[in-house]
Amino acid sequence: MSVHVGIVQFPGTNCELDSAWALEQLGATTEILWHGDKTVKNVDAVVVPGGFAHGDYLRTGAIARFSPVMDAVSAFAAEGGPVLGICNGFQVLTEAGLLPGALQKNAGLKFKCEMSTLVVATTNSALTNQATVGQELRIPINHFEGNYTCDAETLAELHAEDRIVVRYQQNPNGSLDDIAGVCSAGRNVVGLMPHPERACESILGSTDGVVLLESFLAAAGVTARA
Amino acid sequence: MAHQFAVRVDVSHLPGILDPQGVTVERALPALGYHNVSGVSIGKTVDLTIEADDEAAARTQVDEMCRKLLANPVIEAYTITICALTSA
Repeated sequence: MSVHVGIVQFPGTNCELDSAWALEQLGATTEILWHGDKTVKNVDAVVVPGGFAHGDYLRTGAIARFSPVMDAVSAFAAEGGPVLGICNGFQVLTEAGLLPGALQKNAGLKFKCEMSTLVVATTNSALTNQATVGQELRIPINHFEGNYTCDAETLAELHAEDRIVVRYQQNPNGSLDDIAGVCSAGRNVVGLMPHPERACESILGSTDGVVLLESFLAAAGVTARA
Repeated sequence: MAHQFAVRVDVSHLPGILDPQGVTVERALPALGYHNVSGVSIGKTVDLTIEADDEAAARTQVDEMCRKLLANPVIEAYTITICALTSA
Protein backbone atom coordinates (compact mmCIF):
# COMPACT_ATOMS: atom_id res chain seq x y z
CA MET A 1 0.00 0.00 0.00
CA SER A 2 1.36 3.35 -0.92
CA VAL A 3 2.00 6.06 1.61
CA HIS A 4 -0.68 8.78 1.69
CA VAL A 5 0.73 12.27 2.25
CA GLY A 6 -1.29 15.32 3.26
CA ILE A 7 0.03 18.64 1.96
CA VAL A 8 -1.08 21.73 3.87
CA GLN A 9 -2.32 24.67 1.82
CA PHE A 10 -2.57 28.16 3.31
CA PRO A 11 -3.61 31.24 1.35
CA GLY A 12 -0.29 32.14 -0.27
CA THR A 13 1.20 28.65 -0.34
CA ASN A 14 2.74 28.03 -3.77
CA CYS A 15 4.72 24.79 -3.61
CA GLU A 16 1.94 22.35 -2.79
CA LEU A 17 1.57 21.01 -6.33
CA ASP A 18 5.34 20.67 -6.85
CA SER A 19 5.52 18.73 -3.58
CA ALA A 20 2.58 16.52 -4.60
CA TRP A 21 4.12 15.86 -8.01
CA ALA A 22 7.51 14.88 -6.58
CA LEU A 23 6.02 12.60 -3.92
CA GLU A 24 3.70 10.95 -6.45
CA GLN A 25 6.66 10.24 -8.74
CA LEU A 26 8.08 8.26 -5.81
CA GLY A 27 4.92 6.18 -5.45
CA ALA A 28 2.99 8.11 -2.81
CA THR A 29 -0.57 9.32 -3.05
CA THR A 30 -1.27 12.88 -1.93
CA GLU A 31 -4.09 15.06 -0.76
CA ILE A 32 -4.28 18.81 -0.17
CA LEU A 33 -5.18 19.76 3.42
CA TRP A 34 -6.94 23.14 3.53
CA HIS A 35 -5.67 25.39 6.32
CA GLY A 36 -9.19 26.14 7.53
CA ASP A 37 -10.02 22.48 8.23
CA LYS A 38 -9.32 21.23 11.73
CA THR A 39 -8.06 17.86 10.56
CA VAL A 40 -5.22 16.11 8.79
CA LYS A 41 -7.70 13.36 7.86
CA ASN A 42 -6.16 9.89 7.64
CA VAL A 43 -2.81 10.74 6.11
CA ASP A 44 0.40 8.86 6.94
CA ALA A 45 2.58 11.98 6.73
CA VAL A 46 2.18 15.76 6.49
CA VAL A 47 4.11 18.24 4.37
CA VAL A 48 3.97 21.97 5.09
CA PRO A 49 5.22 23.30 1.75
CA GLY A 50 6.81 26.55 0.65
CA GLY A 51 5.24 29.83 -0.31
CA PHE A 52 4.09 32.93 1.52
CA ALA A 53 1.43 31.67 3.93
CA HIS A 54 -0.98 34.48 4.80
CA GLY A 55 1.32 36.86 2.93
CA ASP A 56 4.04 36.37 5.54
CA TYR A 57 2.55 39.41 7.27
CA LEU A 58 4.07 40.41 10.62
CA ARG A 59 6.65 37.59 10.44
CA THR A 60 6.95 34.58 8.17
CA GLY A 61 4.68 31.86 9.50
CA ALA A 62 3.35 34.02 12.33
CA ILE A 63 -0.28 34.07 11.17
CA ALA A 64 -0.23 30.59 9.63
CA ARG A 65 0.50 28.93 12.94
CA PHE A 66 -2.98 29.94 14.15
CA SER A 67 -4.74 28.30 11.21
CA PRO A 68 -7.17 25.59 12.38
CA VAL A 69 -5.22 22.84 10.59
CA MET A 70 -2.11 23.54 12.68
CA ASP A 71 -3.65 22.11 15.87
CA ALA A 72 -4.24 18.88 13.97
CA VAL A 73 -0.69 18.95 12.60
CA SER A 74 0.66 19.44 16.15
CA ALA A 75 -1.42 16.52 17.44
CA PHE A 76 -0.26 14.36 14.52
CA ALA A 77 3.36 15.27 15.29
CA ALA A 78 2.89 14.56 19.00
CA GLU A 79 1.78 11.03 18.10
CA GLY A 80 5.00 10.52 16.17
CA GLY A 81 3.65 11.17 12.67
CA PRO A 82 6.24 12.41 10.16
CA VAL A 83 5.94 16.13 9.41
CA LEU A 84 8.13 17.91 6.88
CA GLY A 85 8.34 21.70 6.62
CA ILE A 86 9.98 23.02 3.47
CA CYS A 87 11.08 26.67 3.26
CA ASN A 88 8.03 28.69 4.36
CA GLY A 89 6.80 25.43 5.92
CA PHE A 90 9.95 25.36 8.07
CA GLN A 91 9.21 28.94 9.15
CA VAL A 92 5.64 27.96 10.05
CA LEU A 93 6.83 24.98 12.11
CA THR A 94 9.28 27.13 14.12
CA GLU A 95 6.56 29.75 14.79
CA ALA A 96 4.24 26.93 15.87
CA GLY A 97 6.87 25.69 18.32
CA LEU A 98 7.16 22.29 16.62
CA LEU A 99 10.79 23.03 15.81
CA PRO A 100 13.28 25.16 17.78
CA GLY A 101 14.78 28.46 16.67
CA ALA A 102 13.61 31.03 14.14
CA LEU A 103 14.33 32.07 10.57
CA GLN A 104 15.13 35.71 9.99
CA LYS A 105 16.19 37.86 7.08
CA ASN A 106 19.25 36.68 5.20
CA ALA A 107 22.53 38.28 6.19
CA GLY A 108 23.22 40.90 3.52
CA LEU A 109 19.47 41.27 2.91
CA LYS A 110 19.65 39.38 -0.39
CA PHE A 111 16.88 37.16 -1.68
CA LYS A 112 18.66 33.93 -2.54
CA CYS A 113 17.50 31.84 -5.48
CA GLU A 114 20.26 29.41 -6.40
CA MET A 115 21.53 25.86 -6.21
CA SER A 116 23.07 24.99 -2.86
CA THR A 117 25.08 22.01 -1.69
CA LEU A 118 23.88 20.43 1.52
CA VAL A 119 25.82 18.04 3.71
CA VAL A 120 23.86 15.40 5.59
CA ALA A 121 24.66 15.79 9.30
CA THR A 122 22.60 12.93 10.72
CA THR A 123 20.67 9.99 9.31
CA ASN A 124 18.55 9.74 12.43
CA SER A 125 15.61 11.80 11.17
CA ALA A 126 12.44 11.39 9.14
CA LEU A 127 14.16 13.15 6.22
CA THR A 128 17.55 11.42 6.09
CA ASN A 129 17.10 7.79 7.15
CA GLN A 130 18.04 6.58 3.62
CA ALA A 131 21.01 8.95 3.27
CA THR A 132 24.54 8.71 4.67
CA VAL A 133 26.33 11.11 7.01
CA GLY A 134 28.54 13.45 5.00
CA GLN A 135 26.58 12.85 1.79
CA GLU A 136 26.52 15.95 -0.39
CA LEU A 137 23.20 16.88 -1.97
CA ARG A 138 22.57 19.58 -4.55
CA ILE A 139 19.24 21.15 -3.60
CA PRO A 140 18.02 24.62 -4.62
CA ILE A 141 17.19 27.40 -2.16
CA ASN A 142 14.69 30.18 -2.77
CA HIS A 143 14.18 32.47 0.20
CA PHE A 144 14.65 35.87 1.80
CA GLU A 145 14.26 34.71 5.38
CA GLY A 146 16.33 31.56 5.74
CA ASN A 147 18.86 32.80 8.26
CA TYR A 148 18.50 30.21 11.03
CA THR A 149 19.03 31.46 14.55
CA CYS A 150 18.50 30.23 18.09
CA ASP A 151 19.97 30.93 21.51
CA ALA A 152 23.21 29.30 22.69
CA GLU A 153 21.37 26.90 24.97
CA THR A 154 19.18 25.62 22.12
CA LEU A 155 22.18 25.25 19.83
CA ALA A 156 23.99 23.19 22.49
CA GLU A 157 20.90 21.01 22.80
CA LEU A 158 20.72 20.51 19.02
CA HIS A 159 24.38 19.44 19.02
CA ALA A 160 24.06 17.17 22.05
CA GLU A 161 20.98 15.45 20.63
CA ASP A 162 22.30 15.22 17.05
CA ARG A 163 19.32 17.20 15.74
CA ILE A 164 21.00 19.25 13.02
CA VAL A 165 19.83 17.34 9.94
CA VAL A 166 21.51 19.14 7.02
CA ARG A 167 24.08 21.93 6.77
CA TYR A 168 25.07 24.22 3.91
CA GLN A 169 28.49 23.48 2.48
CA GLN A 170 28.81 27.21 1.77
CA ASN A 171 26.61 29.32 4.01
CA PRO A 172 24.33 31.41 1.74
CA ASN A 173 22.33 33.36 4.30
CA GLY A 174 24.16 33.73 7.61
CA SER A 175 22.53 30.74 9.28
CA LEU A 176 23.99 29.87 12.66
CA ASP A 177 26.39 26.91 12.40
CA ASP A 178 25.54 26.63 8.65
CA ILE A 179 22.23 25.04 9.63
CA ALA A 180 19.90 24.31 6.70
CA GLY A 181 17.54 21.95 8.54
CA VAL A 182 16.78 20.61 12.02
CA CYS A 183 14.50 17.98 13.55
CA SER A 184 12.37 17.67 16.67
CA ALA A 185 13.40 15.74 19.78
CA GLY A 186 11.24 12.89 18.49
CA ARG A 187 13.07 13.14 15.12
CA ASN A 188 9.74 12.86 13.23
CA VAL A 189 9.33 16.59 12.58
CA VAL A 190 11.91 18.02 10.19
CA GLY A 191 12.22 21.47 8.68
CA LEU A 192 14.65 22.75 6.07
CA MET A 193 14.95 25.86 3.91
CA PRO A 194 16.10 24.17 0.65
CA HIS A 195 13.52 22.59 -1.66
CA PRO A 196 14.05 18.82 -2.13
CA GLU A 197 10.85 18.61 -4.22
CA ARG A 198 12.55 20.79 -6.84
CA ALA A 199 15.51 18.42 -7.12
CA CYS A 200 13.78 15.19 -8.10
CA GLU A 201 14.12 15.20 -11.89
CA SER A 202 17.29 15.45 -13.97
CA ILE A 203 15.65 18.00 -16.28
CA LEU A 204 15.56 20.34 -13.24
CA GLY A 205 19.30 20.01 -12.70
CA SER A 206 19.45 17.61 -9.77
CA THR A 207 17.85 14.42 -8.49
CA ASP A 208 19.47 14.67 -5.06
CA GLY A 209 16.15 15.48 -3.43
CA VAL A 210 14.93 11.95 -4.10
CA VAL A 211 16.86 10.37 -1.23
CA LEU A 212 15.31 12.90 1.17
CA LEU A 213 11.74 12.40 0.02
CA GLU A 214 12.25 8.63 -0.07
CA SER A 215 13.48 8.82 3.52
CA PHE A 216 10.36 10.78 4.42
CA LEU A 217 8.11 8.20 2.77
CA ALA A 218 10.03 5.40 4.49
CA ALA A 219 9.45 7.09 7.87
CA ALA A 220 5.76 7.41 6.99
CA GLY A 221 5.64 3.74 5.98
CA VAL A 222 6.88 2.70 9.42
CA THR A 223 4.22 4.69 11.25
CA ALA A 224 1.55 3.65 8.75
CA ARG A 225 2.23 -0.01 9.48
CA ALA A 226 2.46 0.51 13.26
CA MET B 1 -17.18 50.70 32.48
CA ALA B 2 -14.68 50.06 29.70
CA HIS B 3 -12.18 52.73 28.75
CA GLN B 4 -10.17 53.17 25.60
CA PHE B 5 -6.41 53.03 25.64
CA ALA B 6 -3.94 53.81 22.88
CA VAL B 7 -1.19 51.22 22.89
CA ARG B 8 2.20 51.22 21.19
CA VAL B 9 4.21 48.01 21.06
CA ASP B 10 7.86 48.37 20.08
CA VAL B 11 9.42 45.14 18.87
CA SER B 12 13.21 44.90 18.69
CA HIS B 13 15.85 42.21 18.26
CA LEU B 14 16.98 40.43 21.41
CA PRO B 15 20.54 41.32 22.38
CA GLY B 16 22.96 38.94 20.69
CA ILE B 17 20.62 38.13 17.81
CA LEU B 18 21.95 39.39 14.50
CA ASP B 19 19.83 42.18 13.03
CA PRO B 20 20.57 42.01 9.28
CA GLN B 21 18.69 45.23 8.50
CA GLY B 22 20.44 47.16 11.27
CA VAL B 23 23.85 45.89 10.16
CA THR B 24 23.19 46.85 6.53
CA VAL B 25 22.01 50.34 7.40
CA GLU B 26 24.95 50.85 9.74
CA ARG B 27 27.29 49.91 6.89
CA ALA B 28 25.52 52.32 4.53
CA LEU B 29 25.66 55.41 6.75
CA PRO B 30 29.42 56.01 6.45
CA ALA B 31 28.96 56.19 2.67
CA LEU B 32 26.86 59.31 3.32
CA GLY B 33 29.57 60.80 5.47
CA TYR B 34 28.25 59.69 8.87
CA HIS B 35 31.26 57.98 10.42
CA ASN B 36 30.14 58.46 14.01
CA VAL B 37 27.20 56.02 14.10
CA SER B 38 27.02 52.64 15.82
CA GLY B 39 24.43 50.35 17.32
CA VAL B 40 21.87 50.67 14.53
CA SER B 41 18.91 48.40 15.23
CA ILE B 42 15.70 48.16 13.23
CA GLY B 43 12.53 46.97 14.84
CA LYS B 44 8.86 47.46 14.25
CA THR B 45 6.03 49.36 15.88
CA VAL B 46 2.49 48.12 16.34
CA ASP B 47 -0.12 50.72 17.30
CA LEU B 48 -3.54 49.66 18.45
CA THR B 49 -6.53 50.84 20.45
CA ILE B 50 -7.98 48.58 23.12
CA GLU B 51 -11.01 48.72 25.40
CA ALA B 52 -10.46 47.56 28.95
CA ASP B 53 -11.63 48.25 32.49
CA ASP B 54 -8.34 49.84 33.45
CA GLU B 55 -4.75 50.26 32.32
CA ALA B 56 -3.55 47.17 34.15
CA ALA B 57 -6.14 45.00 32.39
CA ALA B 58 -5.18 46.50 29.03
CA ARG B 59 -1.49 45.84 29.69
CA THR B 60 -2.14 42.23 30.68
CA GLN B 61 -4.00 41.60 27.45
CA VAL B 62 -1.47 43.31 25.23
CA ASP B 63 1.36 41.44 26.92
CA GLU B 64 -0.44 38.19 26.11
CA MET B 65 -0.86 39.33 22.48
CA CYS B 66 2.85 40.04 22.29
CA ARG B 67 3.83 36.63 23.56
CA LYS B 68 1.37 34.84 21.28
CA LEU B 69 1.62 36.83 18.08
CA LEU B 70 3.08 40.33 17.92
CA ALA B 71 6.63 39.28 18.83
CA ASN B 72 8.59 36.06 18.47
CA PRO B 73 10.21 35.55 21.89
CA VAL B 74 12.94 33.42 20.28
CA ILE B 75 14.47 36.43 18.55
CA GLU B 76 12.56 39.53 19.65
CA ALA B 77 12.01 41.69 22.72
CA TYR B 78 9.10 44.10 23.12
CA THR B 79 8.04 47.07 25.20
CA ILE B 80 4.47 48.27 25.73
CA THR B 81 3.47 51.92 26.13
CA ILE B 82 -0.10 52.71 27.12
CA CYS B 83 -1.99 56.00 27.09
CA ALA B 84 -5.59 56.44 28.26
CA LEU B 85 -7.84 57.94 25.56
CA THR B 86 -10.88 58.39 27.82
CA SER B 87 -10.62 59.49 31.43
CA ALA B 88 -10.58 56.50 33.73
